[in-house]
Amino acid sequence: MNNFPLVPDQASTFAKQVDDIFLALTSLTVFFTVLVFTLILVLAIRYRRGSNVNRANPSDHNVLVEIAWTTPPLILGLIMFVWNVKPYAEAFNPPANAEEIFVIGKRWMWHLQHSANGIRENNELHVPMGRPFKLTIISQDVIHGFYVPDFRMKRDAMPGQYNTVWFQATKPGKHHLFCSEYCGTNHSEMGGWVYVMTPEDYNNWVKSGGTTADKASTPEQAGYDLFTQLACGNCHKDKDSMRAPSLHNLFGRHRSLQNGQTAIADDTYIRKAIRNPEETLLQGYNATMPSYKDSLDEQQIHDLIMYIKSLGNGSAVSLQKATEAATKPAGGANPSAAPASQPVGSATPAVPAVSAGQPAAAPGTAGGSATGTVGGKF
Amino acid sequence: MSAEAIPPGIVLERESASRPNYLNWSHSVKDWLLTTDHKRIAILYLVSITIMFGLGGIAAMAIRAELTSPHGHLMESDTYNKMFTMHGVVMIFFFLVPSIPATLGNFLLPLMLGARDLAFPRLNLLSWYLFTLGGVIALGAMICGGVDTGWTFYTPYSSIYSNSNVAVTLVGLFIAGFSSIVTGINFIATIHKMRAPGLTWTRLPLFIWAHYATSIIIVLGTPVVAVTLGLVLVERTLHIGIFDPAIGGDPILFQHMFWFYSHPAVYIMILPAMGVINEVLACFCRKRIFGYTFVCGSTLAIAVFGFMVWGHHMFVTGQSLYTGMIFSALSFIVAVPSAIKVFNWTATIYKGEVWFSAPMIYCLGFIGLFTIGGLTGLYCSSLSVDVHINMTYFVVAHFHYVMVGGATLGYLAGLHFWWPKMTGRMYPEGWAKVAAGLAFVGFNLTFFPQFILGYLGMPRRYHYYPAEFQIWHVLSTAGSSVLALGYAIPLVYFLWSLKYGEKAGPNPWGAAGLEWTVASPPTQFNFDELPVVTWEAYNYDVPHENAIVDHSKNVLPDAEGASHSAH
Repeated sequence: MNNFPLVPDQASTFAKQVDDIFLALTSLTVFFTVLVFTLILVLAIRYRRGSNVNRANPSDHNVLVEIAWTTPPLILGLIMFVWNVKPYAEAFNPPANAEEIFVIGKRWMWHLQHSANGIRENNELHVPMGRPFKLTIISQDVIHGFYVPDFRMKRDAMPGQYNTVWFQATKPGKHHLFCSEYCGTNHSEMGGWVYVMTPEDYNNWVKSGGTTADKASTPEQAGYDLFTQLACGNCHKDKDSMRAPSLHNLFGRHRSLQNGQTAIADDTYIRKAIRNPEETLLQGYNATMPSYKDSLDEQQIHDLIMYIKSLGNGSAVSLQKATEAATKPAGGANPSAAPASQPVGSATPAVPAVSAGQPAAAPGTAGGSATGTVGGKF
Repeated sequence: MSAEAIPPGIVLERESASRPNYLNWSHSVKDWLLTTDHKRIAILYLVSITIMFGLGGIAAMAIRAELTSPHGHLMESDTYNKMFTMHGVVMIFFFLVPSIPATLGNFLLPLMLGARDLAFPRLNLLSWYLFTLGGVIALGAMICGGVDTGWTFYTPYSSIYSNSNVAVTLVGLFIAGFSSIVTGINFIATIHKMRAPGLTWTRLPLFIWAHYATSIIIVLGTPVVAVTLGLVLVERTLHIGIFDPAIGGDPILFQHMFWFYSHPAVYIMILPAMGVINEVLACFCRKRIFGYTFVCGSTLAIAVFGFMVWGHHMFVTGQSLYTGMIFSALSFIVAVPSAIKVFNWTATIYKGEVWFSAPMIYCLGFIGLFTIGGLTGLYCSSLSVDVHINMTYFVVAHFHYVMVGGATLGYLAGLHFWWPKMTGRMYPEGWAKVAAGLAFVGFNLTFFPQFILGYLGMPRRYHYYPAEFQIWHVLSTAGSSVLALGYAIPLVYFLWSLKYGEKAGPNPWGAAGLEWTVASPPTQFNFDELPVVTWEAYNYDVPHENAIVDHSKNVLPDAEGASHSAH
C-alpha cells in the first residue's frame, strides 16, 4: 500500500466530475499562490532598503490596474461556480430506476435496509456496480453524516427530516463509510464499509440472504404487519370513511389541510402524519388519530411509509394528467420509488425487482396490490 | 467629549525621560483593575488572551499528540472530544475574536485618532470584566468536567444529548459576547466622534477602517449568536422545543442562526489582522499603501458580503438546491475583495524601500498564508467539491490557514510592530526573526498535510482513524511542535525585553501615524495638546525621525487654507 496516499479512489459516477473541478481549483490555487509568492519575493528583494534601483515616480493608486486585477478573479470564480452546479444538482435528482436504500443513523451505528429485497445491514452496505441507488436518510437521535469519500458523496442524516442522495458505483472494492457530523463519544467509530460488487457477486449475495442472519422481510411486509398489529385499518379503510381518509393511492397526492395549506403526500408528509397527525389534519376530518411519535421508531415509520407507497401512487391522479395515469397506473409495476421531492415520479415500488434474473425473494403482500413483476432495467 | 476631558495640570515636559507614563504613574492593583485608561485595559486584555492562547494551545498539542497513532493511546474518546471542544471554544471566542481589537485596537484607536481615550472609557473597562467573567465561567466548565459538543454546539446534540457541562459554558459565552458588543459600540462611537481636527475619513489609517468594519460586524452579528446560544440553553434546561425535532424544534434553524454570526465572525478575526498588515507594510516599504480607496472599499465590502454567505456551511444538510446555489455564488464573490487586498499589498512593495524587520517578516508570512487560506476557501464555496470536503480535514486546514496563518500571524506582526510603543522597549530583533521563520515553517508543516488528509476523506473530530492516514497525521504533529516553539520564543523575549530591552524612543521604526508622535510608552492621557492633522495617511514621502512631535505647533488651517504641519 502507498505510504503517502494523495488521491482517494474514484468509485462512483460523481467522483470523476468532482475531481475534475478539484483539479481546476487546485490549478488556480497553485497559479495565484506562485504568482503572489514570486511577486512578493522578487519585489521585496529588488526594492530592499539600500538597493540601488530606480524608485522614481512611485504610484499609489491606479483605477485601471485595480479593475484589471479584480475582473479575472471574479470571472474565474463565477466560472467555477457554474461548473459546480451540475454535479451538485444531479445529486438531488435520482434516476427513475434508482433502487431505494433506507438509512438510519443512530449513535453510533448505521442501519441500512434494501427496499428491493428487505436485506438489512449494519455498518455495511453491499451494492452492485453500474446501477443507481437512492438513499433515503434519517437520524434517530442527533445529526449524523453519511459519507463515502470514494464516492465523493455525503448527506447529513437529520433527525425529523428525510434527506435523499443517490450514487452509482463504478468500481468493485471496499470503500470507507464514515459518519461526518460530530455525534458524541464514539463518533469516530461510527462507520464501516461499502462493498461494491460485480452484478454476479451481488446477485449471489442477495440469493444467500445478504450477510444478516435474520430472515429478510421487505419493508412493505413489515409495514403491513405493523399496520395490522396497530389496527390502522379500523379507520383507514379501502375507501374514504367518516373517520379517516383511505390510504390507497395516497402517495404523491395533493392534500388540502385544515390549516389552509396544501401539501404533497411524500415520505416527509406521511412521517409527520403518523407522528403528529394534528399537523396534517385534512379538511373535513376530526382530530381522532393518536400520535405515534413515542411508540414507533424510525425503522417502523419507514416500514409503514413503504407499505402505504405500495398501496398505489396518487400523483398522477391528483395532477389530472391523463397520459401519466394511463402510462403509469397506480399500483403498477415500475420498480422505482418516487423521490420525496418529486410528486410526478413513477408508480409504486410494490415489490420492486432488483434486476433481471433475481428471484422474487420478497413475499408479495400489501393489501393485494403487490404484483411481484420483474421490472429491472439491467 | 474629548477637549473637555483634558485634566488640568498636565504640562509639557518633553525632554524629561522621567516623566510618568501610563504604565508607571501608579503601581497599585486598584489603579490597574479599576482603570479606565484604554492603554491599561489593552494590557489587561493582552494578559488575559495570552493565558487563553496558552490554554487553547495546550489542548491543541494534546490533540496532535493523540493523533500520532490511529488508535490513540493517551486518552479516552470522551476526553479527546472535550479537548478539541476546548481548543475551539477558547481559541475562537477567547483568543481570536478579541485578539487584535481588544489589545492593539484598544491601545491604538485613540492614539491613531488623536484622542485621549475611547468614547466610553467605563464601558471599555466593563468589556474586560465581562470578558473575564465569561472566560472564567466557560473555562471553569471546560476544565471541571468538560464540554464535548465541539465549538459549533450543533443541536440537538448540544441541547439534549450531550452529558457534559454545556449549559454553564453557554452562560460563559453569552456573557463574553457582550464584551464584544460593548467594544464594538465603543469603537464605532470613537471613530465617528473623536477624530482629531483635520483627520477626515479618507485620512484615517486603514487599521482604523478595519476596526470600523469589524465593529459593525460585531454589533450586528454577536447579538444573534448570543440569542442562539441562549435558545440552546433554554431548550437544554427547560425542554422547550426550539431545535430538537423530537420536541417540535428544527435543528437546521440552529445552523442558520449560528452561522449567521459565525461566518461573519471569521471576518471579525481576519479584518483587524488585515488592518495591521496595512500599517506594517506601509512602514517597512516606506510607502503609502497602494490603492487606499480600494483597500478601504474592500474592507467594507467584506463586512457587507460576509453576512450573506453563511449557507455555504450547510450544503449537505438537505438545504434546497437553489439556496445552495445562491450561497455558493455569493461565497465566490466575497473572495474578490480579499484578492483585491492581496494584489494591492503586493503592488505596495513595488518601488518601496523594503526593510526586513521582524514585523515585516510576519507581515509577508501573513500575505502568503492568507493567500493560500483564501484560495482554498474557494473549494469550500464550490457546491460539488464541498460535498466531498465538508466536515473533513480539508476544511480544518483551510480555516487554520486563515485563522492561524492569517489572523494570528497578523496579531504577532502587530504586537512586534507596536511593542516598542506599548512598553517603551525593543525586543531582540534576531530572535524575533527566528521565531517568525519557525512559525511560518512549523505552520505549513502542521496544516498542509491536513489538506491532503481532507481530500482523502479523513473526517474532522475523529479520535480514531484508518491507519492509511497516519503518515500525514505524524507530519502534522511534527509541524505543530515547531509551530509551538515559534510561539513560545516571543513569549520569552517579550517578557525579557520588559526589563532588559533597549529603550525604544517614540518612533523606532520611523513610522508615520499619530501614535508614533507621542512618547513610548505614552503618557496617561496620550497627547498633551490634541493634534491637528494636515496630512494624508502614510505620508512616507517626509521623514519621521525618532522625535516627539510638538503638537502644540499644529494649528487648524486658517481661512486662506494655509497650514503649519509638524512635518
